Amino acid sequence: MRFEARKKIPLLVLLCTPITAVIIALVLCSGLIVASGASVIEAYTLVVKGSLGSMFALSETFARATPLILTGLAAATAFRAKLWNIGMEGQLYAGALITAVLGGGILSVITASWVLIPILMFVGAVAGALLMLGPAWLKVRFNIDEVVVTLLLNFIMLLFVSMMIEGPMRDPLGFGWPQSAPVVDEAVLPKLVARTRLHSGLLIGLGAAVLLWFMNSRATWGYESKAVGINSLASHFAGLPVKWIMLRAGIISGMLAGLAGTCEVIGLKGYMTLDISPGYGYTGIVVAMLGQLHPIGVVVSAVFVAGVFVGADAMGRTLGVPSYIADIVVAVSLLCVLIGMFLAQYRVRR
Amino acid sequence: MSPNGSRNTVLRLNEITKCFGTLRANDCISLEVQRGEVLALLGENGAGKTTLMNILFGHYVADSGSAEVFGKILPPGSPRSALASAIGMVHQHFNLADNLSVIENVMIGTEPLLAVRSKHAEARRRLAELTERFGLLLNADAIVGTLSVGERQRVEILKTLYRKAQILILDEPTAVLTPQETESLFTTLGRLNQEGLSIVFISHKLDEVMRVSDRVVVLRAGQVVAERETGSTTRNELAELMVGREVPQPLRKPQKAGDSVFELREVSVREGSKPLLDGINLIVRESEILGIAGVSGNGQKVLADLGSGLLCPNDGKLRLFGADVTTPRPRNFVRAGVARIPEDRHASGIMTDMAIWENMISERYRDEFSTWGLIRRGKAINETKKIIHDFDVHCEGPMALTGQLSGGNIQKLILGRALALQPKLIVAIQPTRGLDVGAVAYVHNQLLEARRQGVGVLLISEDLDELLALCDRIGVMYQGKLTPTKITESLSIQGIGMLMAGQWQEIGYAV
Repeated sequence: MRFEARKKIPLLVLLCTPITAVIIALVLCSGLIVASGASVIEAYTLVVKGSLGSMFALSETFARATPLILTGLAAATAFRAKLWNIGMEGQLYAGALITAVLGGGILSVITASWVLIPILMFVGAVAGALLMLGPAWLKVRFNIDEVVVTLLLNFIMLLFVSMMIEGPMRDPLGFGWPQSAPVVDEAVLPKLVARTRLHSGLLIGLGAAVLLWFMNSRATWGYESKAVGINSLASHFAGLPVKWIMLRAGIISGMLAGLAGTCEVIGLKGYMTLDISPGYGYTGIVVAMLGQLHPIGVVVSAVFVAGVFVGADAMGRTLGVPSYIADIVVAVSLLCVLIGMFLAQYRVRR
Repeated sequence: MSPNGSRNTVLRLNEITKCFGTLRANDCISLEVQRGEVLALLGENGAGKTTLMNILFGHYVADSGSAEVFGKILPPGSPRSALASAIGMVHQHFNLADNLSVIENVMIGTEPLLAVRSKHAEARRRLAELTERFGLLLNADAIVGTLSVGERQRVEILKTLYRKAQILILDEPTAVLTPQETESLFTTLGRLNQEGLSIVFISHKLDEVMRVSDRVVVLRAGQVVAERETGSTTRNELAELMVGREVPQPLRKPQKAGDSVFELREVSVREGSKPLLDGINLIVRESEILGIAGVSGNGQKVLADLGSGLLCPNDGKLRLFGADVTTPRPRNFVRAGVARIPEDRHASGIMTDMAIWENMISERYRDEFSTWGLIRRGKAINETKKIIHDFDVHCEGPMALTGQLSGGNIQKLILGRALALQPKLIVAIQPTRGLDVGAVAYVHNQLLEARRQGVGVLLISEDLDELLALCDRIGVMYQGKLTPTKITESLSIQGIGMLMAGQWQEIGYAV
């Protein structure tokens, strides 16, 4: 069996492949649902209802999608330049931590929301970028593997956050729970839909996606990243500043992940906890790959992944099927999409 | 086709046809290989040589037609049965495990996967016998990764002999070899031939075909256009048969050189304490082509990097268009008017997964093809269309992926990109390596045309014929040193050969 590259892939095939792949993944996963003793149709109906079936379900799905869009974009930005940032989780926590510190009243001279919120977002993004700056610099200067460095920084960051909110940042009115003092009211992001958890961080994520899409397709910035990602040797020969381009991709990537942390603190919770992210940084990698590193694809796949998680929670509550099934659905979907895209690009010959 | 040669015919292809989409890669090809002969399969890139051999070897299945080995029909699509019927193939790109030893590489695949113990001693004995018999000198325990390209090729040949191949197919075997290694390959082929093996030698290099083969089958556009006894044909006839028209020979008219455009004075480059370039002096002038000869790996790559702005010398002066350059940068070189043609077009010339238009602007996207940080796509595409038209690039258009083009077309694109700058200096290293006759002639004429218009050219090549045909002056590199350049007409091939081998004192040069 051999694989021949197809000369041209029709756009329709490119669009249909991920959809078909996800359907195949759902069929594959139905075996597990049967094994846990529930009806497949009923289970998937509940997943769809629980994620899209009501205003509340929709708001939950999009609230969950918001950080995933940002971490997904962070991964896509770095991966496009072949910089493997696995540290979005840590960068998210860095952004969240600094937001909780500054939002907690230190900046009380600023009383206007429209000034305070952008400041917090900027600072959160910078914190994420600073955490990524080290690994990216080590990569371009000494060719030290960024996967290992960013991955290990995640644990360091998580332990640091733990130290801070168990210690100096612990909320004195928090009944001893490991959480920070809440941010001031002026720092809280407005809700998009009243009495739900859906906040205007979603708009930030969508705005970032559109901006990145534009930059990738039209700007020298995106051209440079793509060129370096495809062939850094040829890019260097042509005179592109390869090291700077990789460093820049790392900085933007860290900024997006840090921004995700800020949005979770001032949008969703209002304070900082140790479990502010149930692995959004890692799931962002899956989201980016599912979305083929395309900013709009990232938005679609973030909503899909969030929907599967939210829907699976609802299903788990009703049917007693373990909601871990959501992880399996997402993982199998990713594999199916990757295989599907491979088959779309190559023809199998005997 | 000779109907009488049936007894000695070891391999017969009957009317093989293979289509890829609308392209007829092989169109009703029939040929025979006799016992103990060297058959050359001559054709340009894309003529269908490799497709034909891949069908024979079971990598492709033919749409129609059949292959017979020793009178038996070969089942299509089965490399295993091709191997079993004593056909061995040495590909252009070797299939060797770099981290294993020679003997392990030779034994791979000849033993059952779950064999209780491997028959190392027996294999070693047979390998020793084979190396002895065919003069393929190799240390059986050497790790393949440490071997030179020529030695690796010997391992590939040994692999096929170890499997008792009677018919050996070599696909472009000299493409990766130095002149010396080529020489030693030809000696080996002679030995194999004497022992009664049949050899199919796939090539587009006329001189090699003339030298090594007994019979030539010429392929063009998927068809057999001619079959000749090598003894009764000429190089020119084969060239015409292969290309289908007369091949223009490069014609260099005498011309007066102008001012210096590129100059190195006592330039040294070191890697750690190891000298890569050692006290190099050279001047390239307007309206002349300066050639640098030498066996690969004697510092030519470093010299090319210097001329491309990729490298800063440790010592000495680098002057470009009369001005000192202290911090060379590729972008500054391009802006100053240096056209650069890299050695490895796929690795450093282009981004294969990008569209042609994106590759065409890679050197200048900051200058002409963007405003306010946004790419001027329309302008870039128009410029690309112009390059495609002017340089006769065969492709679907500016939006096609560059990696899908043939080597010759990619080289035309790189030339087009470089020459679109209206350069005053061209730095080219191995610009015709791996190209077919037509594309080579095209590149040569472009370089000569640039020279006529007053451009200075630094041409670094391992192809002596190319250098002698094109260059006004030639210098030879050996172990990071460069001989003083001499007028081409005053040099002999033997003299250059001795300089390439490092025998400088014998001809009166100081080392």
